[in-house]
Amino acid sequence: MSDRNDVVLETKGLVKHFPISQGILFKTKVGAVRAVDGVDIQLRRGETLGVVGESGCGKSTLAKLLVGLETPTAGSITVRGQDMTRLKGGAMRRARRNIQMVLQDPYTSLNPRMTVGDIIGEPFEIHPEVTPRKGRTKAVQDLLDTVGLNPEHVNRYPHQFSGGQRQRIGIARALALKPEIIVCDEPVSALDVSIQAQVINLLEALQREFGLSYIFIAHDLSVVRHIADRVAVMYLGRVVETGGDEQIYENPTHPYTQALLSAVPVPDPRLRGHRDQIVLEGDVPSPANPPSGCRFRTRCWKAQDICAQQDPVLSIRERSDHPSACHFAEPRDVVHAL
Amino acid sequence: MTDIKAKIDVLPGLDPRAPLLEVNDLHVEFRTQYGISRAVNGANFTLSPGETLAILGESGCGKSVTAQAIMGILDSPPGFITKGEVKYRGVDLLKLPEKERRKVRANQIAMIFQDALSALNPVFTVGYQLAELFRVHRGMSRGDAKKRSIELLDQVKIPAARARIGDYPHQFSGGMRQRVMIAMALALDPEVLIADEPTTALDVTVQAQIMGLLAELQQQRNMGLILITHDMGVVADVADRISVMYAGKVVEEAGVYDIYARPAHPYAKALLESIPRLDMKGQQLNVIKGLPPALTAIPQGCAFNPRCAYAQDVCRQDPAPPSYIVAPGRTSRCHFWRDVVGE
Repeated sequence: MSDRNDVVLETKGLVKHFPISQGILFKTKVGAVRAVDGVDIQLRRGETLGVVGESGCGKSTLAKLLVGLETPTAGSITVRGQDMTRLKGGAMRRARRNIQMVLQDPYTSLNPRMTVGDIIGEPFEIHPEVTPRKGRTKAVQDLLDTVGLNPEHVNRYPHQFSGGQRQRIGIARALALKPEIIVCDEPVSALDVSIQAQVINLLEALQREFGLSYIFIAHDLSVVRHIADRVAVMYLGRVVETGGDEQIYENPTHPYTQALLSAVPVPDPRLRGHRDQIVLEGDVPSPANPPSGCRFRTRCWKAQDICAQQDPVLSIRERSDHPSACHFAEPRDVVHAL
Repeated sequence: MTDIKAKIDVLPGLDPRAPLLEVNDLHVEFRTQYGISRAVNGANFTLSPGETLAILGESGCGKSVTAQAIMGILDSPPGFITKGEVKYRGVDLLKLPEKERRKVRANQIAMIFQDALSALNPVFTVGYQLAELFRVHRGMSRGDAKKRSIELLDQVKIPAARARIGDYPHQFSGGMRQRVMIAMALALDPEVLIADEPTTALDVTVQAQIMGLLAELQQQRNMGLILITHDMGVVADVADRISVMYAGKVVEEAGVYDIYARPAHPYAKALLESIPRLDMKGQQLNVIKGLPPALTAIPQGCAFNPRCAYAQDVCRQDPAPPSYIVAPGRTSRCHFWRDVVGE
């Protein structure tokens, strides 16, 4: 698995700053929102990388950068040895085919004036080389069948489908160009629990069938645990801890990961009172003005002077068997087994 | 400030020994141009002081409409309560004139809404909106009302409450806004608090703060809490009893330990099985096939029958299954509850 050739996507020092400007006639840049601030991730073939974090941590900006909807301020995104950030024109267009996206809200991400057939077939308009014009209707119907919808419904409009079915349409659209990588940005958080399970099962089945690699962004930690092989935890634009799903969930070493895991309610009343409750004080600081050194230090119970002075790098540490960006990384069993 | 409480005390039929809140056979329908949408079709539950009752269900199951009917804030038209009772200490609130009803709101029964940003008025300061409660319901002066508002914000742990009282809702973060909502709901010491998805819009670490605060305040005041949610994790953490709703009916009511260990209704069972669990890693999740019914066309018999693994012919015919008593304090609206529980 760790073979270099297996890495399908890699980012190095990925940065996205959104400028804050002031003035009407003479706009001057007075600062920047550091939405993504130096992110290194690797995605291997057939693997699911879960990205978790709270709102404002930069996970959705990361998704947009990966599919090319935002241009990075600095850093590189390498897909199959090609740096996506340097490509232009036709080469860029061809490379983009390989990374598709499933969006969060199936109610707003489908054009209400287009039929389902047009929505799923639209990628073929932009990339005509994938499927010849004659075979398009057939291709769209096959896609509908693949995601478990009735192929006869190609002429229906999005409002005629339920939330779960609409998300299936979104998935079919992402599959249309036969990509290797799909970035799923909170694909199930707008859905009810019983429907959520259907969509997760579908995503897993498609991964097995087509050998897809997923970047799965979510705030629901139990969903990520179910689907992900590896997990990256983000806080204020940085990855603070990354590792295999068991390493992150059983032996979290970064205080933020520990607090996040302890805050997730476990759907089993017998575990009441068996959980370490780490209740964090206050809110996430503004990404326009992050704290010096470690960004989590303002809410951290372990913070010392060194945390304000020195930015902890994401690396394997003495007491952590996986990369953790904390000077005092050490495992803590947060969710005690029964 | 006691005079208004005293007026409430003379509500005809008020019995201090009667249950704190009792909802019997509540029916609510919406008369729309597309037909009659039956949102609530017989909701039953009781609430005691200090108790947390969770109403669990998916979107469209009628849980929020039930809360609105109890509060008396249902949009009417199109919403109409067609049948049933909502009894507070023996007084049927649905029969009270609006003027009396208004005194019950916030004084006896208060509510917290899901989206604090749209529930607060954006053009008034937080302090003004809090003080309004004291001035209208208690007839306090501006100065006294302000003083009480600051105390309240302190109680819900808003740092530097005195300085923040003049801020507008948009100047607060999501978690702080929800704290302001809680402060408003608790201002007049209600005995019943209804929280409609209080933490759905919040991040998990903030959710933990808010649920902790609610539990603390509930304990201090011995309030009855109705928690409306679809999050089975939150329910397992805080609830004493659970009412599971499906298509406007309470299909199962049980203590929290019983229902998680051995659910007695196929819907409750399927719902619990569809959440990802540790031991399910790498396996298919159990799904509930199909979709919840449209409320304009609820299936005959048991509303869950088209999606149910236990369904037989009897389930597809009216009348709908009655509320079977599974154990004391535990009910299930399923003909085959014995099979579901596994007896």
